Amino acid sequence: MKILPVCLLVMLLSACSGGLWNDPYPASDQGKSIFYSAFTERPKHLDPAQAYSENEYVFLAQIYAPPLQYHYLKRPYQLVPLAASAMPTVRYLDRQHRLLPDNAPASRIAYSEYEIHIKPGMRYQPHPAFVPEYDHLKPVDLRGIHAIGDFPHSGTRVVTAADYVYQIKRLADPQLQVPIFGVMSDHIVGLKEYAKTLQQAVKQHPDAYLDLNKYPLRGVKVIDEHTYRIELYGKYPQFEYWLAMPFFAPMPPEAERFYAQPGMRERNLTLDWWPVGSGPYYLSENNPNQRMVLTRNPYYDSETYPSEGEPGDAAAGLLKDAGKRLPLIDKAVFTLEKETIPYWNKFLQGYYDASGISSDSFDQAVQVSVGGEATVSDAMKAQGIKLTTAVATSTMYTGFNWLDPVVGGNSERSRKLRQAISIAVDFEEFISIFANGRGIPAQSPIPPGIFGYRSGEAGINHYVYDWVNGAPRRKSIATARQLLAEAGYPNGIDAKTGQPLVIYLDTTAGGAGGKARIDWLRKQFDKINVQLVARSTDYNRFQDKIRKGDTQMFYWGWNADYPDPENFLFLLTSAQAKVGKGGENAANYSNPEYDRLFEQMKNMENSPARQAIIDRMIEILRRDSPWLWGYHPKDYVLQQSWLSNVKANVMANNKIKYWRVDPQLRDRLRRKWNQPVRWPLWLSGTAVLMFAFWLWRKLRQREEAR
Amino acid sequence: MIAYLIRRISYALPILVGVNLLTFALFFVVNTPDDMARMQLGIKRVSPEAIARWEQQHGYDKPLFLNSAAAGIDKITDTIFWQKSASMFVLDFGYSDDGRDISREIATRMWPSLSIALPTFLIGLIVYVSFALLMTLFRATALDMAGVSLCVFLMSVSGLFYIIGGQFLVSKLWHLVPISGYAGGLDSFKFVVLPILIGIAGSVGASSRWYRTIFLEEIGKDYVRTARAKGLSELRVLFTHVLKNAMIPILTGVVVVIPLLFMGSLLTESFFGIPGLGSYTIDAINAQDFSVVRAMVFLGSLLYIVGLILTDISYTMVDPRVRLS
Repeated sequence: MKILPVCLLVMLLSACSGGLWNDPYPASDQGKSIFYSAFTERPKHLDPAQAYSENEYVFLAQIYAPPLQYHYLKRPYQLVPLAASAMPTVRYLDRQHRLLPDNAPASRIAYSEYEIHIKPGMRYQPHPAFVPEYDHLKPVDLRGIHAIGDFPHSGTRVVTAADYVYQIKRLADPQLQVPIFGVMSDHIVGLKEYAKTLQQAVKQHPDAYLDLNKYPLRGVKVIDEHTYRIELYGKYPQFEYWLAMPFFAPMPPEAERFYAQPGMRERNLTLDWWPVGSGPYYLSENNPNQRMVLTRNPYYDSETYPSEGEPGDAAAGLLKDAGKRLPLIDKAVFTLEKETIPYWNKFLQGYYDASGISSDSFDQAVQVSVGGEATVSDAMKAQGIKLTTAVATSTMYTGFNWLDPVVGGNSERSRKLRQAISIAVDFEEFISIFANGRGIPAQSPIPPGIFGYRSGEAGINHYVYDWVNGAPRRKSIATARQLLAEAGYPNGIDAKTGQPLVIYLDTTAGGAGGKARIDWLRKQFDKINVQLVARSTDYNRFQDKIRKGDTQMFYWGWNADYPDPENFLFLLTSAQAKVGKGGENAANYSNPEYDRLFEQMKNMENSPARQAIIDRMIEILRRDSPWLWGYHPKDYVLQQSWLSNVKANVMANNKIKYWRVDPQLRDRLRRKWNQPVRWPLWLSGTAVLMFAFWLWRKLRQREEAR
Repeated sequence: MIAYLIRRISYALPILVGVNLLTFALFFVVNTPDDMARMQLGIKRVSPEAIARWEQQHGYDKPLFLNSAAAGIDKITDTIFWQKSASMFVLDFGYSDDGRDISREIATRMWPSLSIALPTFLIGLIVYVSFALLMTLFRATALDMAGVSLCVFLMSVSGLFYIIGGQFLVSKLWHLVPISGYAGGLDSFKFVVLPILIGIAGSVGASSRWYRTIFLEEIGKDYVRTARAKGLSELRVLFTHVLKNAMIPILTGVVVVIPLLFMGSLLTESFFGIPGLGSYTIDAINAQDFSVVRAMVFLGSLLYIVGLILTDISYTMVDPRVRLS
């Protein structure tokens, strides 16, 4: 009770200062060009060689500048130069390293050479690694230093082609966990051998600093200060997409040397914690338990806002800043919000500039028109909040294990069983119930926006849907039952054994949400009188079962690395089987014809010929039905009225540099929305005083009565 | 007393070894080093070579308890258990599986946890004891009945409700404090005031009823009747005599938790965005980070033992009849 007067006093003092009582940010931030957002999970890695998750790329993509990037406005997604001065030039060579024409067949191409010219004059963020006096630090020199900002001096230097080569060498560093080493070592000439050389070096001197510059990498060469060349085995056109990821951003060797000094790691001063980049922002504050702050890199001046976009972008105001120097925002503050309720409420109060929508808040935020179009609710509209939606380049599916004797394999019996189940499981209903309508039913592994996707009647899965009145309609349950009977399970009974057909679903789903999903799926199976048994297990055991192929059905998903059909269709190739090969084909699907077509398609440029092959591959997949195709999720993002230049781009992660905030409007609206309500304080204070007075009188009466 | 303390500390060592052994066994029954590696490396494009390399880098490529391939003492010491456990007894917790220094992480996170837990504990104790004394003072009256009913009501409400309800009323509707967040120094006041108030409100029912029971038991004793017969006021009797004599049961429950205060509270810290230690262990369990789990369990058990020893010492301070020998 004694705390109330203190609270009252402090709140009154706060009121006198003019700031809003519930403002979580310092008053000095007002009026500044700062973007406020939140993160729900702390990033594990900030080293561009090790990071591979979306929540890590939110930061890394703003800090590092790889050679290429996705055009912010144009669709379909298209690569454009970022640090490169132009798109890489590609030369094809035969086994004897003789030049081949650009249209040479893939079978003749033994090597591809990518030559990349970088923009001259780009500079790194300010960092103590560039200060010569910090080259030979001792642990005692680090007393009082707990963050990179604690070093009194910082420097910079010009980015060179050698820094890009150095980073490619880091992909083979045995002291790092590089997720794409396996893929890249299959493509970059000499990377596999290079990793072995480095392993030997580390074995000989386990505690010494590993200077990668001492060891040349055969397939990657510095041509001059601004040019480098990467040699790949065979033809691999998807390589350009990798060049848009932080894996291929420049890394100054000084940074690694700096962090390798004694006493650094004990202070969490590592490259994995404090990045050194040449992008539009640098990490100025890194407390992933509380907040992470990106500040404009004062040396970044190599990029301007795009002046071209899609039709309609100009009318939408997305080209107003064309030609202006990027970034447009000075600072981005990310606060850790583990729970959705405070996150959502702070967004409504104007303390976050953008927010996703949790299932709990969906009805409050979004209304869906009769035509199925999602718009913000009236309450949100009144606050000026806008909604941006985009279909993610992801697919969420339910896989059948191809190795299973009942649901797997290439027999007509199992194929018809899978087709029957595909019809029975109504994903339109699933999306409506469990995703608030945020998704579109998948017709194949390829989501919209990726080459190879077909819309309209040509794009529907004819094994599951009919085209009726200009829209796809799921085939009837009678059709599914018919297929089930043809598969040898009339009315869900195995004709051979007379036993009911039981299908097992392996899942990690737990809790109320997971149970609801399983119950729903069970009901879908009930439609065709097939029994579904869910085997819930923990994550480790589930992964183990998938690796060993001890499942019948399972939920799975894939988030694209790059917008190319190869990145989805490879998920069903035999070479990627989970069992025996440890690949990404969790269903262990195998079809020689499909594999052959995939090999033919994967290295082709986008063209009608490639589309024709993809159509054939998808037809094989639909007929074999190794997955219930599930759905492609839709991203819904809400943004405040003061945030502009926002366009959904599911491939680009480096979007903050294009955005603009109007801090004056934000301050005005925050003030309007967050005026403190003082009467509860006065009321509770008065109540406490009255109760104290009453108590005092009561006690006096008792004492007098004695 | 010194001899007693030395004896108690020596008892603590086998307890700590036992706790450590149990944590290790339970953790590795559920998770294998392969699982841990996969969790750290993610599920995309993880090769068996990458897993082997992760295990080797983090020292999980050794046998769990007994290395039969090694010679002599190395059979015991060249194992995951020894390598991961021995250093903890000199409070060297090493690095988490994602490469962060655990001791530094604990040292950084304990202060925000303390900024909530310590005021909640101290102010709460004053509030609970005062409320209990008030009910005792007005025992068997309407005020006492109302107080007990209020306590039962407050006890019946879930802790999560206090948090969400408090955030809704105080922060969302009335805009009096930020819904969540944290800042250092004096700026922290507006962030911690609501969690502290909610922390106190959440425990006022159970604690006040418990203290009331203790006080009621004391108030029927002969020395209280003697004090009243001497003409002391009821307030004096309660605050001077009853409170002092009721200290042993109060201290039993209170002192033991003091060292554990800095371990924080999972729910409060998650909802209020306090960067404390509350979720450190849970996050580590979810991430299958054994290095953090063993460090936090070890620290928790160590602090609990310290709390028990402090409790014993506190008895000698409030009750001259108690002697530690």
